[in-house]
Amino acid sequence: MTATPPQPRVNWQAATITGTDAENARTRTLQLQVPGWPGHQAGQHVDVRLTAENGYQATRAYSLAGAPGEDPALTVVRAEGGEVSPYLVDVIQTGDQVELRGPIGGYFVWKPGPRRRPVLLLAGGSGVVPLRAMLRHRARLGDDTPMRLLYSVRSPEQVIYRRELAGQADRVSLLYTRTTPPGWPRPPARLDHTALAGQAWPPEQAPLAYVCGPTTFVEHAAGLLTDLGYTPADVRTERYG
Amino acid sequence: MAVISRGFTGRGQTSNRLPPGQTLTTGFPVLTAGPTPHVSTADWNFTLLTETGTEHTWTWTELRDLPQDSPHTDIHCVTGWSKFDTDWQGVSLDILLAEVETNAQFAQAYCHGGYTTNLPLADLRGGQAWIAHTFDGAPLPAEHGGPARLLVPHLYFWKSAKWVQGIRLLEHDQPGFWERAGYHNYGDPWREQRYWND
Repeated sequence: MTATPPQPRVNWQAATITGTDAENARTRTLQLQVPGWPGHQAGQHVDVRLTAENGYQATRAYSLAGAPGEDPALTVVRAEGGEVSPYLVDVIQTGDQVELRGPIGGYFVWKPGPRRRPVLLLAGGSGVVPLRAMLRHRARLGDDTPMRLLYSVRSPEQVIYRRELAGQADRVSLLYTRTTPPGWPRPPARLDHTALAGQAWPPEQAPLAYVCGPTTFVEHAAGLLTDLGYTPADVRTERYG
Repeated sequence: MAVISRGFTGRGQTSNRLPPGQTLTTGFPVLTAGPTPHVSTADWNFTLLTETGTEHTWTWTELRDLPQDSPHTDIHCVTGWSKFDTDWQGVSLDILLAEVETNAQFAQAYCHGGYTTNLPLADLRGGQAWIAHTFDGAPLPAEHGGPARLLVPHLYFWKSAKWVQGIRLLEHDQPGFWERAGYHNYGDPWREQRYWND
């Protein structure tokens, strides 16, 4: 290419695990140290490459879980029968290495804008990971952009970042789709027009929306947002699988 | 020296049908930057716009009346999945391009919802590209780009623009949506051209 694009070069780098945190029975956050890490934006992802002793390699993409300014961190949910996620959730330990390439992606990202447009984050399951990076970024900056997370999850056992999100109850709502905690005020239900309309910034406030999760969730949630009057160009989506 | 991930064995085998860094899937994942546009076939049309400003437009019925092809192909997404043996139906770009006079070297597809992607015009010729409206014997679902998408399976699948509305034929290359966002300008999976400096 003749012109130099604004993106930094994306080359494979060795990354060392510096710590691991169990988020729930099937989810773990890995803290990584990457010499010369260029920093990242909230919402970006990386490619992770694992090499076996015999040279066999497998590559997967993961969202960055931490805020800009923090070391790279990945939150990985074990996919039963998967090739890579069971290793990252159950096997890899502090001091072990992987290769990492990134940060990647300049579209599904959030940073404070001059107009402080309100931000609606809609997460389905593990789709909460890049959205958590956005919430964390806002909090670390002490930024006053109105931001709200609606997190759709199957059951209480599957909630990721439970404690961190509980500490921001004014801007985080959980929506249980199969099982609720005891005494929860609402029966389990899929995200619908009414639930969303009760949480979403009205379209007149020119909100931005970020929707992340499995394809069925994203298709459904993004459709509800455009029905509510959100401008399609202001609804950014990222689908997992 | 290679970085070994201690204790990782993986499945330990790769198929030579799988481009480097790809993983086989049996599902059909969706990659879209925004909400899915819903376009009815009554409103649908497809336009070729040449470098001299000449337009040639086909309605849905006109497209379906052209000779149809049934490509059977493997597809490769830049996010890392590949899917083998997909079955499509559509109209070859060779048939559409035969209707226009052009000396252009480049093409940019544009879509409902605002998406764009670019590629050399030569990659749309020679039985390598289609306007596809049928997948696995059924109308192409909206989340996969229906009513019709561009199908260019020898490049990473972001080049196979969903909800395609038209193709501009250009004298100079114009990078599209992902190409401007750091992805490779050409996107050959066999050379693993994922990001701009690959």
